[in-house]
Amino acid sequence: MQYLLLIYSEPAGGEAPPQDQLDAEMAEWFAYDEAIRKSGVYVDGNALEPTHTATTLRLKDGERVVTDGPFAETREVLGGYYLVDVPDLDTALDWAAKCPGARYGSMEVRPITVFDQG
Amino acid sequence: MSGWAAGPAEAVFREEWGRLLATLVRWVGDFDLAEEVAADAIAAAVERWPVDGVPDKPGAWLLTTARRRAVDILRRRQNYAAKLAVLKVEAERDEVARLSEPASAGVDAGADVIGDDSLRLFFTCCHPALSAEARVALTLRYLAGLSTAQVARAFLVPEGTMAQRLVRAKQKIGKAGIPYRVPSATELPGRLPAVLSVVYVVFTEAYAASNGAALIRPELADEAIRLARILHRLLPAEAEVTGLLALLLLVDARREARVDAGGDLVLLEDQDRSRWDQGRIVEGRTLVLEALRHRPPGPYALQAAIAAVHDEAPTADATDWTQIVGLYDVLRATAPSPIVDLNRAVAIAMAHGPAAGLGLLDELAAGGALDRFHPLHAARGRLLDRLGRPADAIPAYRRAVELCGNDAERAFLLRCLGAAQRRVAEG
Repeated sequence: MQYLLLIYSEPAGGEAPPQDQLDAEMAEWFAYDEAIRKSGVYVDGNALEPTHTATTLRLKDGERVVTDGPFAETREVLGGYYLVDVPDLDTALDWAAKCPGARYGSMEVRPITVFDQG
Repeated sequence: MSGWAAGPAEAVFREEWGRLLATLVRWVGDFDLAEEVAADAIAAAVERWPVDGVPDKPGAWLLTTARRRAVDILRRRQNYAAKLAVLKVEAERDEVARLSEPASAGVDAGADVIGDDSLRLFFTCCHPALSAEARVALTLRYLAGLSTAQVARAFLVPEGTMAQRLVRAKQKIGKAGIPYRVPSATELPGRLPAVLSVVYVVFTEAYAASNGAALIRPELADEAIRLARILHRLLPAEAEVTGLLALLLLVDARREARVDAGGDLVLLEDQDRSRWDQGRIVEGRTLVLEALRHRPPGPYALQAAIAAVHDEAPTADATDWTQIVGLYDVLRATAPSPIVDLNRAVAIAMAHGPAAGLGLLDELAAGGALDRFHPLHAARGRLLDRLGRPADAIPAYRRAVELCGNDAERAFLLRCLGAAQRRVAEG
């Protein structure tokens, strides 16, 4: 099954943490990224630009309604994702737990819908 | 075996239902289909057994019948997943044949297969990815074998609401890919507490029914004990499983004495101890000793030990409160919670006098975590009463009455409130 591991965290704000702490965090992300790519479960993955760059669109009576910002303003925002192909939820949760995002924020694990081939 | 046909069919089939379903879910990988064919097999048995006699291996007969039915249904579905499932179910024919063998060696092997499937079902129904409510509902429906209507009654919700909740929970299992397997030895410590907590929740709901008229719901207490027994049989080496079963037995032993003829609550200290179930106490004590051999003892084993100290006291005055306080100290270090603090404060009041206990309760009340928990206010009222301060006890009882959802318990608290008001009036 394919699962989307959605990485949510509080947006960075205020004073930037010291450089050595940033370096350590980046090293964790690189290590995780390398591990998941090499494991064979990796399908896709990306980081996202901050929510102030987001644009939301819906059609109302056939007309485009475009608004600035993300779909919902929440404290934690979607910052990136991994798409993995694993046997079951437990394995997907294992990968989510290893992700540094689980420590700095939270991970939402969503199965990808499989449409019946008939 | 012949007694089975004579007894009420429901009891027989409820016993088989959980086992049948557990194996069928593994074969067909689909709760709804497993449920449908299990029900068909039982309907066929109700029709055939009175005529043909009960088969030698009723479980294997039911499984074979359900398997054939599953193959029929899957063949009619034309999709790829169904075709794969047919192949899988066909392959299980050998397994049914093995279960049906009369040889004694085959009986043990069969029991293991069935046991593993029940355990898988427990861990799937109690998976942390399901909501706590869904876990309890699924466990009562699929492991205890209650009907949807009975599960709805347990939760005091309309049957339609419960049916909907079960449908949604099953959808989550299927769509989210919650696996049907027993966690590995390294995962088990992380996963077992969720399973135990479901059984414990069923029991506490039976014992302190949060809403409604009756103080004790014996059918739910029996269900919880039955589930704990199944788990203990499946995981005999897990000390916390043993501890949980011991706890349920040692508390349930007092069931008959806990309510008087009028249905009113009788406090532990006022109970007629001759009405305690000695069979349950003896069994519970053996189990608790076994559970306590595991170091460090877990929270269920410790709570069971506390229940055992109460059960061993021939009179309320003879209760070894010092030992109970000591056990609460360990419990507080192992599994800290405001509720443990509350119970410990009450035990300290018994061991060292109401003033010592009241000080701790006041601290807890100031903390605010238990503000909506009526036992805190009831305990404060009782200690204030014992200290000869009925005027201070009145607001505490009032708050407890306000928060209590159980009719029998509220009636008891109203009696305490009335008595305190009379004492104030008499000056």
